[in-house]
Amino acid sequence: MKIVAICGAGIGSSGILKVNAERVLDRLGIEADVTAADIASVQRVAADAQVILTSAEFVDAIGETRADIVVINNYFDAAELTEKLDAALG
Amino acid sequence: MPLPPLPAEAIVLGASPANWREAVRLAGAALATAGTTLPSYSDEMIRMIEEHGPYVVIAPGLALAHARPGPDVLKDGLSVVTLADPVSFGHPHNDPVNVVIGLAVATAEAHLAFVADLANVFNEESAIPALAAAQSVADVQRIMGVTA
Repeated sequence: MKIVAICGAGIGSSGILKVNAERVLDRLGIEADVTAADIASVQRVAADAQVILTSAEFVDAIGETRADIVVINNYFDAAELTEKLDAALG
Repeated sequence: MPLPPLPAEAIVLGASPANWREAVRLAGAALATAGTTLPSYSDEMIRMIEEHGPYVVIAPGLALAHARPGPDVLKDGLSVVTLADPVSFGHPHNDPVNVVIGLAVATAEAHLAFVADLANVFNEESAIPALAAAQSVADVQRIMGVTA
């Protein structure tokens, strides 16, 4: 299972999303490899990903993908992350 | 890896910027004053938002302003700016913003450990309102769990 967290720079916000997604996945008992990346590299990094985690601003820029795009509003809300990841992966 | 030090020079309390650009510029000026970045890093942080939209507003009331590692980043570091008058970044869910964190990382590889600590601070739901209400540099350092 591969998940990619996307932001503009590939640091900072995508890093926080990666860290918190890993915590939620751990609690859900789902094994996954979560990578933080920038929007410019999404097509390469997420080519074999099941899920792309990101903000609404990047959905159009991601372009065509087979991955489920999951938009997170509050990066620190474990309930939102849990609900959306569970829905995408469950 | 703990958060980098957060000296008094990197903290601005009760600012009243006219708009989000000025708010980000305050966070950038604080990073530069603390010796974390060159002043030009402010322009990079603003450019990221102009290019990609207000995605740096990652939680209600909180903007995590940042740009890529580059020559204008001298070392890993943070700044904290609290706003007496919140500003709008144009985010669909998380406006208005009353706390701006400036984030600078020297290398992308090394930053994840310290971002994990940053997540620990803000996974505490009370952290953003507590920062917004902070009355002193010491308050901010205590909430962030860092030393000067």
